[in-house]
Amino acid sequence: MPDLGKYADAVLSAYAASLVLLVGIVALSLWRGRRVRAEMQDVERRSKRDG
Amino acid sequence: MRALLLRDLQLALRAGGGFGLGLAFFLIVVVLVPFSVGPAAALLARIAPGVLWLGALLACLLSLDRLLAVDWEDGALDLLATSPLPLEGVVAIKAVAHWITTGLPLVLVAPVLGVLLNLPVAGYGPLVVSLALGTPALSMIGAFGAALTVGIKRGGLLLSLLVLPLYVPTLIFGAEAARRGAEGLETGTPLLLLAGITGCVLALMPFAAAAVLRVNLR
Amino acid sequence: MSLWEYANPVKFLRLSERVLPWLWGGAAICLVVGLVWGFFFTPDDFRQGSTVKIIYLHVPSALMAINAWFMMLVASLIWIIRRHHVSALAARAAAPVGIVMTLIALVTGAIWGQPMWGTWWAWDPRLTSFLILFLFYLGYVALWEAIEDPDSAADLTAILCLVGTVFAVLSRYAVNFWNQGLHQGASLSLDKEENVADVFYFPLLVCIAGFVFLFLALVLYRTGTEIRVRRTRALIARETRTTDLHAEARDA
Repeated sequence: MPDLGKYADAVLSAYAASLVLLVGIVALSLWRGRRVRAEMQDVERRSKRDG
Repeated sequence: MRALLLRDLQLALRAGGGFGLGLAFFLIVVVLVPFSVGPAAALLARIAPGVLWLGALLACLLSLDRLLAVDWEDGALDLLATSPLPLEGVVAIKAVAHWITTGLPLVLVAPVLGVLLNLPVAGYGPLVVSLALGTPALSMIGAFGAALTVGIKRGGLLLSLLVLPLYVPTLIFGAEAARRGAEGLETGTPLLLLAGITGCVLALMPFAAAAVLRVNLR
Repeated sequence: MSLWEYANPVKFLRLSERVLPWLWGGAAICLVVGLVWGFFFTPDDFRQGSTVKIIYLHVPSALMAINAWFMMLVASLIWIIRRHHVSALAARAAAPVGIVMTLIALVTGAIWGQPMWGTWWAWDPRLTSFLILFLFYLGYVALWEAIEDPDSAADLTAILCLVGTVFAVLSRYAVNFWNQGLHQGASLSLDKEENVADVFYFPLLVCIAGFVFLFLALVLYRTGTEIRVRRTRALIARETRTTDLHAEARDA
């Protein structure tokens, strides 16, 4: 851990906030992507069976 | 075109809605300001140009969702779209009618409200000129926003969200001109820039608004 | 074989399947290397102390915030001119990523500004322009969400993107006129005189590469998601239509 001096709070909170936001958007995208993909495969299977 | 303009004006007058309501809203905003920041005359004089500009802008915004929605609901817009009149012209006329019923009264009443806010004497001229130059742009940009959201139920809030960022340049130059006037500074530059923006908006925005309206009428 | 081949959703999906692992990997490697390098192995600045380390997040995210809007503009133009659905969906997919980038730039800027300028927020031209850009992003996303018919939503948001670009640029200059700024000039430019010192420069470049990879990966992935949403909806619509037909045939 480097010595951040008196600005440790500022630096750490900036990194924390940014990483939270980045991880958030990635997680949200992946989560929605998975769900949508599963739903599509579901519907595709159904339509193949019926028609 | 003239017939359309007259029709819109008559409708606005007869309904009475937009005409008086915008003015009353403007008055109330201006009255509320001293309640919120205190009655000190010097402070009011300093913020008066900005408050008057912001009030005018919000009053203008208030009536935008009726700009096209009424004609959309009763199908008049479909008729207008199939008429020989180009849709660009229709939108421009709608904006002009909106300006005459909302913007122009605001410009005329602004000096009176300036008295309430203790606006310095030197500020009245620039305030009226800047509002007169800026409000047409507000109406035209608003017509674009109204055309964007015309098909959406309860689009009023969305309309504000879309239109307000577009108002930024007009507000900056208009309020800047009024502020400089009130402080006795030279107002030529912001007024010229404001006039430039209004000119560009009036020339180009009807095309964007008509394009959007065609999509919505599809 | 031209670039327009990838306007075909199936081809696009196949390509993105192949490219995405590399992009995710590149983003992860560059971000980890750049941020660790920047955070642990660069000296403190003479005046700014350790807050200089915030630059590795602030500058790349600000760059990507603007580039994301620019990408949306190009994608909107392609949609308006050539009517490729993938293009419209890519613009839609990029907007939330742009919002996040703008937020990171604003938040890290505020956190840096507090010890350096003595204030979280100043109505400085660059800061104000970013706030306005943020509002434009919000309006754009809100319009996409509000319209049900996908094709008109694509048309309307594309036009909003064009008009918004003009006004965003206008606002940038208007804001400059309105207030003089605290913000320093460009951190990176081809003119070397203005740049930050070399010790900070190379980790910064790695971080920028990481943000670019991350942005591309996110946009490709999210575009794929939008394509699948569209396909699912089409399949469901066909399904209900055929069941309706069956029902009618039975009744008759």
